[in-house]
Amino acid sequence: MVSLSDHESTSRDKQPESTAPAPTVGDRWRALPALVRFPLAALAAFAAILALTSVTGPTGDLRIGSVGYYMLAIAGLQLLIGYSGQISLGHGAFMFIGAYTMALLVLNQPALPLWLNMIITVVLSCTAGVLVGAATARLHGPYLAGATLALAVGLPALTVRYPELLGGSNGLAFSTRGAPASLAGVITNTQWQAAAVWGTTLIGLVVLATISAGRLGRRMRALRDDEAAAGLAGIPVGRTKVIAFVISAGAGGLAGACQAYLLGTATPSSFTVTLSLSLLAALVLGGLGSMWGAFFGAVALVYVEVWGEELAHALALDSNVANNLPIVFFGVLLILVILVWPRGLHGMASSLADLVRRGR
Amino acid sequence: MAEQPILTVEGLTAAYGAVTALNKVNMTVPRGGICAVLGANGAGKTTLLRTLSGLKRAEAGRVLLEGADITRIPAERHVHHGLVHVPEGGGVIVELTVEENLRLGGLWRAGRRERAARMAEVVELFPPLRERLSRPAATLSGGERQMLAIGRALMAGPRVLLLDEPSLGLAPLVTRQIMDMLLQLRADRDLTVVLVEQNARSALSITDHGFVLNQGEVVMEDSSRRLLADDRMRHAYLGF
Repeated sequence: MVSLSDHESTSRDKQPESTAPAPTVGDRWRALPALVRFPLAALAAFAAILALTSVTGPTGDLRIGSVGYYMLAIAGLQLLIGYSGQISLGHGAFMFIGAYTMALLVLNQPALPLWLNMIITVVLSCTAGVLVGAATARLHGPYLAGATLALAVGLPALTVRYPELLGGSNGLAFSTRGAPASLAGVITNTQWQAAAVWGTTLIGLVVLATISAGRLGRRMRALRDDEAAAGLAGIPVGRTKVIAFVISAGAGGLAGACQAYLLGTATPSSFTVTLSLSLLAALVLGGLGSMWGAFFGAVALVYVEVWGEELAHALALDSNVANNLPIVFFGVLLILVILVWPRGLHGMASSLADLVRRGR
Repeated sequence: MAEQPILTVEGLTAAYGAVTALNKVNMTVPRGGICAVLGANGAGKTTLLRTLSGLKRAEAGRVLLEGADITRIPAERHVHHGLVHVPEGGGVIVELTVEENLRLGGLWRAGRRERAARMAEVVELFPPLRERLSRPAATLSGGERQMLAIGRALMAGPRVLLLDEPSLGLAPLVTRQIMDMLLQLRADRDLTVVLVEQNARSALSITDHGFVLNQGEVVMEDSSRRLLADDRMRHAYLGF
């Protein structure tokens, strides 16, 4: 039985097809090769960030920068969990490595430029990723989760073990060069920092997105679905898993370096197990299996906390309650989103976009 | 003197813990032969294929592919040697599209042009796949999935194809189509096929040779025609 309203909607559906046979802008955009599309998108995003930071104050700049490095870490985790199907509860450990590498480089080799520090950080955290990935490539599911969790618990304790080098529980504090002198009147230091973090993040994201859209990404998705079948198709299972781990560790380390650069400190208390679990929660909240999920997850991770604090402040709540309000918010949001949109905020956004498209 | 068999299995033994699943299995498969491996549930048929393709470690014995020892090489290297295993259920990656699945099979091939040529050949062979190239493999029917699994294996350009229960869950007509296609492949490109089947009658109808496994041992091997005719055999092991 076709009801009248059904009939209407189908005829409405057909109309755009007949009137607009030419490919839309969106179609043409999607037809571009990934190597052109992703850098262009990153440039557009960078311009948007520059525009955004020109209207926000120093606190706003810092938050925007935080979204940037969280996004990078979550995107790295996305490649590992969403694409290659391995779980990590210890990605905070790679951020720890990145942050301390950055801090030690700035303190001991102040002459090095920022970009070189970033590259050294990536190399070091990838090396750590090789070690961890090779050791855990044979582990699955809960065993892998346990092993990586141990890393997140154990690694920050190094700071207390080597207090002269790593600054103990107070961590390392340093000051970074702000905006270059030639730009002194044009942009503020915090704007410059946010832009540097986003520049790094976007380069990292372009790399991650290109990998996941290409041959390596396809191999990863294959072994996530069926390891035995992937092996039988000729995919080197162990090596692909380790590669995924290494790339994701590199992204985590770079994110840690950005965090240290933005805050001017590296302290062990920033890299507790909670951080690793928050990254995972943000990834699931944002949506598994798409790089957009990383963006939504990072925004939620930063701004749910901000709004929770602001609300607590506005209501003049007792500090015991106020401190926990952001966590409650995040938890409730996570549960609600997963109940209604199992594919996370990204899933919500794409189903809303579908609705809008159909409504037209 | 007969030419060297393409696949030789000597004293192959495999075990799950203390349970021996394959016990000193010997078999030879001539080039271009299609042979059936038959037997009841738990006889060791799937274990035999898994051990041949390196998914399961052999405790003892050897597997020779055209005289080269491939017993201990890792599963993903078997493709390079021309031995491809289509596991039970096909092992189709349901979240990838049909085209991506096919590409997986040819991943290790270096030349882009060679891969494209293979792809064209495979979709030629399986017209239903051509119409569904950009669809997720999850949307395929059981028969189409089996075609995709075999197509993906063919992308690797195998000399020996190991098929585990391609007729599982398929309608008799579809099973027939797949069996006919195997005969066609053998005729066209001299493909050697080792076919594991529950459905002994349909398997024996297209194969030239059959091995009957029972409790991990080859209890009988003969030409498919004679196995079909042997009443004792049919009642004891093949159940029809």
